[in-house]
Amino acid sequence: MDYSTLIQVLDSSLRMATPLLLACLAGLFSERSGIFDIGLEGKMLIAGMASGAVAALTGSVWIGLLAGIGASILFSLIHGLASITFRGNQLISGVALNFLASGMTVLIAQALFHQGGRTPPLSGAARFNAIDLPLADTIGAVPLIGPLYAEVLSGHSALVYVALLAVPATWWALYRTRFGLRLRAVGENPESVDTAGISVIRLRYSAVIITGVLCGLAGAYMATGLQAGFGREMTAGRGYIALAALIFAKWRPWYALWATLLFGFLQALALRPDVIEGTFGMAVPVSFLDALPYILTVIVLAGFVGKAIPPRAGGQPYVKER
Amino acid sequence: MEKLPAWADIVLVPLISLLLAAVISAIVILAIGQDPWEAVSVMVQGALGSSYGWGYTLYYTTSFIFTGLAVTVAFHASQFNIGGEGQAQLGGLGVALVCLSVPWPHWALALPAAMIGAALFGAAWAAIPAYLQAKRGSHIVITTIMFNYIASALIVYLLVEVLRPAGQMDPASARFPAGAALPTLHDIPGLNLIFTRKVPANITFFVAVAACFGVWLLLWRTRLGYEIRAFGKSERAAIYAGISPVKVIMVSMLISGGLAGLMAINNVMGEAERLLQNSAEGAGFIGIAVALMGRNHPFGVFLAALLFGFLYQGGAEMGLWTSIPIELRLLLQGLVILFTGALDNMVRMMLGVFFRAKAKGAA
Repeated sequence: MDYSTLIQVLDSSLRMATPLLLACLAGLFSERSGIFDIGLEGKMLIAGMASGAVAALTGSVWIGLLAGIGASILFSLIHGLASITFRGNQLISGVALNFLASGMTVLIAQALFHQGGRTPPLSGAARFNAIDLPLADTIGAVPLIGPLYAEVLSGHSALVYVALLAVPATWWALYRTRFGLRLRAVGENPESVDTAGISVIRLRYSAVIITGVLCGLAGAYMATGLQAGFGREMTAGRGYIALAALIFAKWRPWYALWATLLFGFLQALALRPDVIEGTFGMAVPVSFLDALPYILTVIVLAGFVGKAIPPRAGGQPYVKER
Repeated sequence: MEKLPAWADIVLVPLISLLLAAVISAIVILAIGQDPWEAVSVMVQGALGSSYGWGYTLYYTTSFIFTGLAVTVAFHASQFNIGGEGQAQLGGLGVALVCLSVPWPHWALALPAAMIGAALFGAAWAAIPAYLQAKRGSHIVITTIMFNYIASALIVYLLVEVLRPAGQMDPASARFPAGAALPTLHDIPGLNLIFTRKVPANITFFVAVAACFGVWLLLWRTRLGYEIRAFGKSERAAIYAGISPVKVIMVSMLISGGLAGLMAINNVMGEAERLLQNSAEGAGFIGIAVALMGRNHPFGVFLAALLFGFLYQGGAEMGLWTSIPIELRLLLQGLVILFTGALDNMVRMMLGVFFRAKAKGAA
């Protein structure tokens, strides 16, 4: 693989990693508060449809983005209702919401546009377009490091930078604010938080809503940034890859960045079988690259490469009084 | 929250959940500008109105019985097996290898062999997540999800690179020998008076009914079943009573994976007669809804599988004859899972209000 090909693959990796990163951070907030969420996939999907549809109807990607976030928060609230208020099974709720999203997106998109469950192709202001970072041309002229800045980092849509900035923001919120301290505590030991006079229910609902916002960004990026419009099942398991990345990252924000970049890199490689063949001298089956994030996660889960320990109160509904 | 009468918990909770799911679906159909009554009549007519429709309904029912039983057995050991989809796909691989290995002279020989292949491959695919849960404490829900994706990647690879006959374009295995073809309900003397046309429902249906009975025997009439249920109710009490958690998790998940794998004799051997990509077509996931709706009892699973067989076949007809997309099935499936599995306490609370009012009226 020569340098310019590497730059191309890295550029594509960052694009592929963005929805994974946003969804992974979304899951981080929910699971750190003690609410398991395997419904990331469904929330991304419904947000993708809502943002794609509204952007197509209004011609404004920003209104589309808001619609996507709104739809995703709605699903988050159903998950919260089931798992916080009615103390139901969080895993089953997540599974149910994924199916609900699969069905709803096609039904609504078909009713609105009659294009077989797709939204019309977006262009111009209805889409997130590439932004050139300052001095991209000047720094791009520097050998070796220049292209990294000009080609890989620069020239993405706004949500890519939002996702990258969300990492330090999440770290700061989690480890440097009162809210973050309480959030981590409620995921480990909700009784102690309750004893301190802080509402477990309110804290968990706020976490779940943040999850909704971030999944909304991830879904909107899929439909209006990465691609030009929503297509049925367009998330294609990314919600589950994000979940895998979350475990891989041991529920930590900076690790989440590295994990999703790695998984994004694998996805980008899977798109370029010619590069793989050129580099390894033999054809690596694309199916193997597709499966690699899942295989790596199972290995991490098995505890062979450092143990991944989930938040202690995860999955258990909190009962204040018996 | 007071306890409901046992019959209300078993019968009313799933029925009210189904009613809520149906009402919400009707509202969605209205919202997209279609007629819910038309949808219902097309579904009933298409799935139950003719023996041809029944032939499809029972075909889907057969698959859903297997995957529903798979989720049920694991649930009784408090394991949530979401991996039915992958296990069913691997079961299909087992069936294909058995059917293609020998030029089978008669289906009566091929069926037991294929059943062993299907169950072994399904169980093997459940074995790794089970082992990781039992020995290393890795969460079975996450590992079985991961194994679904690994399974589909593996099957795609095998179909494209290994099993595809030379010169064939589409990624699928070779056709099974004619001797491995299972008799459909149309081919069975007596039943062919009812099923006058060729239907996909086949002899596997009776295997599925037998499996319901077998699972009931296992769970409520054997020592192993007792150990599974005791462990599922209280892990600590079970350990105190000398029940080995590793054994219960491993055995219950192996049985669960085997049952999911067995589904493949219905769709791969009975219908497609070759192994295709994505052969399970989501039936593994429907097993979750079937088990929840059926209250984790084999008889309930049978009824719920019949209901989902109807929804599946009726939904296909609806997609064909009305402007309502076939994806309404997924919506219904999601709603049933949501109400029976996650919002069940809400349904109970609603029923509790009703029973309290009745108790007051009687006093």
